[in-house]
Parts: sequence; C-alpha cells; structure tokens
Amino acid sequence: MSPIILILIAIGLSLAGWLAGRAKAWTFQESGSTQRPVARPTYHAWYVAVWIAIPVTIFIVAWSILSPQLVTQSVLASPGAADLPAFGFERESWLAEARAVAGGNAPGVFNEGAEALIDPFRQANARYSVIGYVLTVLIALAGGMFAFLRLRPDFRARTKVERVVMVALLLASLVAILTTFGIFMSLVFETVRFFGMVSPVDFLFGTFWGPDPMSSPDNPDASRYGAIPLFWGTIFIGAIIAMIVAIPLGLMSAIYLTQYADPKLRTWVKPALEILAGVPTVVYGYFAALTVAPMIRDAAVAVGIENASTESALAAGVVMGVMIIPFVSSMADDSIAAVPGSMRDGSYAMGATKSETITRVLFPAALPGIVAGVMLAVSRAIGETMIVVMAASTAANLSANPLERMTTVTVQIVKMLTGEGSFDHPATLSAFALGFVLFLVTLVLNFIALRVVKRFREAYE
Amino acid sequence: MNNSASPTAPATGKRPASGHGHRPTRTPEFERRLARRYRAERNFKRMGQAAIVFSIAVLVFLLGNMLINGIGGFQRAELSVEIDFRESGLTGDETSLTAPSSAKVLELQGLPEIVDRYAQRSLGAAGAEQLSADAWRDIAAALADDPGLIFGRETFELAASSDLAAGLADEGSPEMQALADRLQGEGVLSNNWDLGFLSRSDATSPQQVGIWGALKGSLLTMAITLALAFPIGVLSALYLEEYAPKNRWTDLIEVSINNLAAVPSIIFGLLGLAVFLSIFPNYRSAPLIGGLTLALMTMPVIVISGRNAIKAVPPSIRDGALAVGASPIQVVFHHVLPLALPGILTGTIIGMARALGETAPLLMIGMRAFVATPPDGFTSPATVLPVQIFLWSDEIDRGFVERTSAAIIILLLFLLAMNGLAIYLRNKFEKTW
Repeated sequence: MSPIILILIAIGLSLAGWLAGRAKAWTFQESGSTQRPVARPTYHAWYVAVWIAIPVTIFIVAWSILSPQLVTQSVLASPGAADLPAFGFERESWLAEARAVAGGNAPGVFNEGAEALIDPFRQANARYSVIGYVLTVLIALAGGMFAFLRLRPDFRARTKVERVVMVALLLASLVAILTTFGIFMSLVFETVRFFGMVSPVDFLFGTFWGPDPMSSPDNPDASRYGAIPLFWGTIFIGAIIAMIVAIPLGLMSAIYLTQYADPKLRTWVKPALEILAGVPTVVYGYFAALTVAPMIRDAAVAVGIENASTESALAAGVVMGVMIIPFVSSMADDSIAAVPGSMRDGSYAMGATKSETITRVLFPAALPGIVAGVMLAVSRAIGETMIVVMAASTAANLSANPLERMTTVTVQIVKMLTGEGSFDHPATLSAFALGFVLFLVTLVLNFIALRVVKRFREAYE
Repeated sequence: MNNSASPTAPATGKRPASGHGHRPTRTPEFERRLARRYRAERNFKRMGQAAIVFSIAVLVFLLGNMLINGIGGFQRAELSVEIDFRESGLTGDETSLTAPSSAKVLELQGLPEIVDRYAQRSLGAAGAEQLSADAWRDIAAALADDPGLIFGRETFELAASSDLAAGLADEGSPEMQALADRLQGEGVLSNNWDLGFLSRSDATSPQQVGIWGALKGSLLTMAITLALAFPIGVLSALYLEEYAPKNRWTDLIEVSINNLAAVPSIIFGLLGLAVFLSIFPNYRSAPLIGGLTLALMTMPVIVISGRNAIKAVPPSIRDGALAVGASPIQVVFHHVLPLALPGILTGTIIGMARALGETAPLLMIGMRAFVATPPDGFTSPATVLPVQIFLWSDEIDRGFVERTSAAIIILLLFLLAMNGLAIYLRNKFEKTW
C-alpha cells in the first residue's frame, strides 16, 4: 500500500467536499430568502474541505506508521512463521527479505526459510491496504458529512476557516522552535551518554585524539579522547588561515566596490563575487584537494621544505578563505553603508583624501559591524565540513606549522559517523559531543554578532 | 582627485607675505607630505583593485579548471566492434527483444561470448581483453531499442577498459599506451562523446558511470524539501510579520530562526541521524529523510527572505483592504501575500540552490552508499549529485577525475539556472513603492 495513493484519495475527497460545500452555499444565495448568507460560498466550501483533509491527514500519518507493524504481526501469527528463528539478526533478515519480495522490491529471497513468509506478507499487505483505503474513505465521509450538515445561511463559515488558518500559521512558526529543541535534545542526549563513558575533563582538556572504533565499547581508554588537537586544528584552519585570506580580501573588495568603482563595474563584479559564494562546498573541496594542495606542496618543496604534506592545513584554510570572501565583503559593505554620509562629508571638508576618510573615519565607525561580520564568518568557517573532509587530514596533530596535516571537529564527526561503528560505542558518540561543542560555539558567536550588529545599527539611526 | 595637486603647485610661495610674518602655505615639506598622501591614496586604491582581481581570478581559475577537466568527462574511450548478427546464432524477434527480460535471454543465448568473439576479430586478442566486461549489456539495450538490428550487421562503439582509456590519454603503463596507439592507428579506438553519461548511474568503472541516478536522487530530495520548507516557511514568515504579538514566545521563535539560519549544516545531519533515522530506520539513505533534513535547513532561509519581502509591502495596502471591510486573514492572503510572492520565491530559489549543493548533512544520514540503479521512489536508497561528486573524488582510478569534473559542471549548471531564475524574478517583479 502506498501512502501516495492515500494522499491522492485524500486530495480527491477534499476537492469533492469543497465542490459540494460550495454548491450547497450557492443554493442559499439563490433561494431568494430574505436573509443574506453570513459567509461567502467559498468559505463554506473550505470549511467542508478542511473537515475532510485534516482528519484524513492525521489518519494517513498514523496509518503509515502503524500498518507495517500490523502486517508484520499478522505474518508472525501465520503458520509459515513457525520455522522462523526465535530472535536476533537472522529473524530480522528473513522478515526483511520476505517483505521486500512481497513488496516487489526484490526478485527473490536469499534464505530459503524466508520463502514461506512471502505469501503471508502478500496476503497481509493486500488485507491491510484494503482496510486502509476503506478507513480513509469512511473518515473522509464522516468529517465531510458533519461539516456539510452544519452549513446554513447563518453559519459563520469564514470565522471558523480563519481560525484554522491562524492555527496553521502558529504551528508553522513553532516548527523553528521544535527544530532548535530537537537539535539541542538529540545532541545533549548522546553527549550525556558519551560523558558517561569518557569524562568531560579528559575530553575537553586531553591532548591526544585517536579513538579506536574497533576496541571494546565497555571500557574505553579515556586518554584517546582528548579533543584539544581537534579544537586547535579547527581554529587554526577556520579562524586563522581562512581569516588571514578572507578579511583583507573581503574588506578591500567591499571598500573598492562601494567607494571607488564606478556603478557599471559594480553591477558586473558584485554578481561575480556572489557566484563565488554560491559554488557548493563540495566543489571547493575537490578544488582544494586536487589543485591547491599539490600546488602548495610543490611550492613548499621548491623552497626547501621537504616534509610538507599534501593534506596540509594551509590548502584547506586558503580555499576556505576564498569561499568566505563574499561573505565578509557583503557584511563590510552593509556596515560601511550604515555609516551616516555626514561623517564622510565632514572628513572630506577637512581636506582628507578618500583613503584617509575610509581608514580613519568610515572604518572606525563601521568597525563594530565589521567585527560582527567577521565573527559570523568565523562561525561559518569552523562549521564548514566538505572542504576540510576532502582537503585536510584525518590525523589529529597539535602543531602551528600550516604545512603539516591537521584535522578539524567536522572532519572527525564525519569520520566517526560514516564508518560502521555501533551507536553504543564511545567513538561514535564522541561525534555528538563534538557536534554539541560546535553547536554551542557557533551559537555564542552568532548571538554576540547579532547583538553587536543590532546595537551598531541603532547607534546611527 | 590626483591631478588637483599639480596645477596649483607653481603658485607656491608667490603669495605676498603679510606683515605678520606668515609663512607661505605650500612649503616644500607640505608638497612632500601632500605627494606622500596622494601616493598612499593611489596605493590604497590599487590594493582594492588587487583584491577584486584576485577574487575574480580565483573564480575564473576554479571554473576554468572544472571546465577543462570536465569536457574530458563527457567523453569516453570506445572500441568499434562489428557484429554480424546473421551468423551469430542469436535468435529473437520484435516481442522477445523488447520484453523486459530480453537482456537475460540474450545472456543465456551466449551474447557475452559472441561479443568477445567478434571483438577478437575486430580488435585482436589483446584489444578484445580491454573491452569492458559489461559491453554486451549495451548491445542488448541497443537490440531492445531496435530489434531489426538482429537481421543484419552492425558496428557498435563499446566502452574500453579504464586501463586502455588511460593509455589513450598517454598515461598508465607503457604496454597500454602502445596498444592504444596501435588500435587508434587502426581506427577502432577513439574518444567519443558519451551521451550515456547523462542516463546511466554509478558504477565501479569510470568508463561505465553516469550521472542520472544521482541527479534523480537530487530531484526527489529537492521535491520533498520544497514541499515541506516552502509552505512552512511562508506561513511562519506571515505569522511573524503580520500577526505575532510582541511577547516572549515570538522572541523565542525569532531567535530560533536566526540561529537555525547560522547553525552549521552538519549539525542538521546529526539531527537527521539521531531523530529521523531512529523514527524511520528502514529509510536509511532515502530521499525522504534527506529531504526532511534539508527542509529544516532551508526553512529559516525562506522565513528570513519572506519576512523581508512582506515587510516591503507598504502599510497603505493593508489599511486600504481593512478599510473596505476585509478580515485580517483576507488582508494578508488576498493582498499582502500576492504582492510579496515574487520576493518570497526569489528567496526560496536561493535557499533551494543552497540545499541542492549541500553535502555534509546527507553524508550523515547515509546517502553515501553505492547506488547503481536510479531510485524509483521517495523511499528507495539514493544518492544525490554533490554526494556523488564526493564519492567519485575519493576514487583512485584516474578516469574518475574527469568524470567528477563533469558531474561538477552539471551541478553548477543547475545552480546557475536556479540563480538566474531568481535574478530574473527579482528584476521582473521587483516593485519600489
């Protein structure tokens, strides 16, 4: 049974209810009664449609979660399930195979024992899909009839429909809170489990990172879970190297575009910079790993540094910096534009040149906004994943040499969660602890930056 | 501004000194200082130009690099094999060859061996060895397309092995280079445009890979993202901008949305892994879960751009509608929303473009599996374009470098089209009140 068919049925029934409701409402107007109907026919129509659509939608969601379990239960009760292993992995795989064959997703079963389960699955699928269709139609009819019978010339359909719309608006805006809450809870939950195995002190202050996903999960070696090298790598690549590239280039291009360039050039160059921001990070990662990293290595070897790595922190950081340029540039652009023109005019009137006005008047005045922009840029850089996954190393290294291999928090999250590790292993859970740290740090950076920007805007308004 | 200094310079010192012993204003030190200041001005301007030039140069280098590599990715080394079906012993007619199981039937009739025999005839033993093992499938597909071929003689262009492809590109082992030279000289080996790249799916050999599977996965994922993020985003933008009372809850919603817009994308992947995959464990690496995850990521972008668009609708419109007796809901849905819609759509397209290029969260929820067939629905295992690029970039085989760049070109074309559409919408419908 496919939920798509159920959804189509629901849409069809709602449409039918809509038309029926409107038809009935038209008769109120045409019947020539002395009293004008309170609501327009469209609102009667929507009232009926809503009374069909909402119960049916709730039913479909519940049914698509519930029905696979009902199917499995009835299969287990069938005689073919007598040979099924009592529990464990084999039982699950037999069931999964038979389910796949019955659903037409697989040509045949691998375990012969599962053969006997295919027919029970087919029968149960057929039975429950019929039940699903019948219940859908019944619920739709019940809702539709209830609403339809309430339609009268003096029925305030518009008020009712608008109340539903208001509730929908409120629910939609609550999704954001729910998402934040979901992120927070899932990170906290797994992080607490992780800290049950490895103490937070070892995690936050240890200087050796080398979790072994293959080791026994029961008694983890806490000394292998020191995250300092990861934090250092993240800061070194994202907040130091990338910013050394992005801040001067972004700032200077914003200054040139807003203060010097003629409008014609600006209309061409600005979209070009926006393209730089729109290139997907996986493309930057590929570019960093395949082109920039070997170039940097060759250059380092040419000047006599023999141990330069092809997975150097420098390559990842420089490419990340290039990615951030448009971001810094647009933040600086906004901040400089927010400085009142009278300050600039005053500076010119005193005989200052353009560059003196920019560096001594506009820049200091815009500084809070620019600093906030840089903070947002840093939070974006340290959360950036694909460039470092592809171009940086997975080996943790506490070093200040940009030509050495270095790893970051995001690289380790990807590494720990894309392996085959079990969800009970501290190595897997450590990814959530790292994610939690990352979440908190970006949250704080953003919060401060937005506050600064807000206060800065108010200062000049 | 620079030339304003020179015409006035000769005037220096000519001003009559008044009795109070005024020094001339333009002393030599003054001139030097002025020259230094103008020099600083020019240098500053040049620094700005250099920053722009550098950024543009990097962009051009990046795109050029992808383009040059990628053009090779749309080609592949192919061997010409002539097969005479009349004497091959294959049997079949219109119905049997167009049946879904025709490949299986042809395999049982010995098509692979027949292809090998004819390959040895056309290419020699060493050349036939470099024909890819799956080449007979292409012939089976060709027969299914045009069953009439079985009554005649036909020359097929079949994929060469990746070793031979490397040889043709003057890389790889010397033997292969020599073999490639010989076959090329005989006119049976050449680099041809490979339209099949757009219709095949992932494979283990770079000669056999295609982009369609990942593209279809991306389209399905985007459909889910759009279906969820657009209505939720628009409704919550309307609520926040038009109806929300000023209280703690509203503040909390606003803070949440601003934070979600700035949370690193990989965190959404962790959420998808911890929440969605534990609710739907059977749908690992399905577009449904990917779309859900990306929808949560895209929604704040739509809310923020939507609010800006709604804010830009002048209050007089609302007042006018209210004055003629519209209810608050009617004001918003009949008047404000239609006027704000172009702006909202522009923001939505930009958010969707971001989601289309997003890789990290999808890696987290397992969309990195090897998927050799295009997904047939929202719940079947799939991969998406950027993840496919990531997977290919990890392959050791040299042939994947060009294929990866070709996939990047396709991804960039999609993004360019979407951003172009957004800019078009903005320019066409943007209104200044």
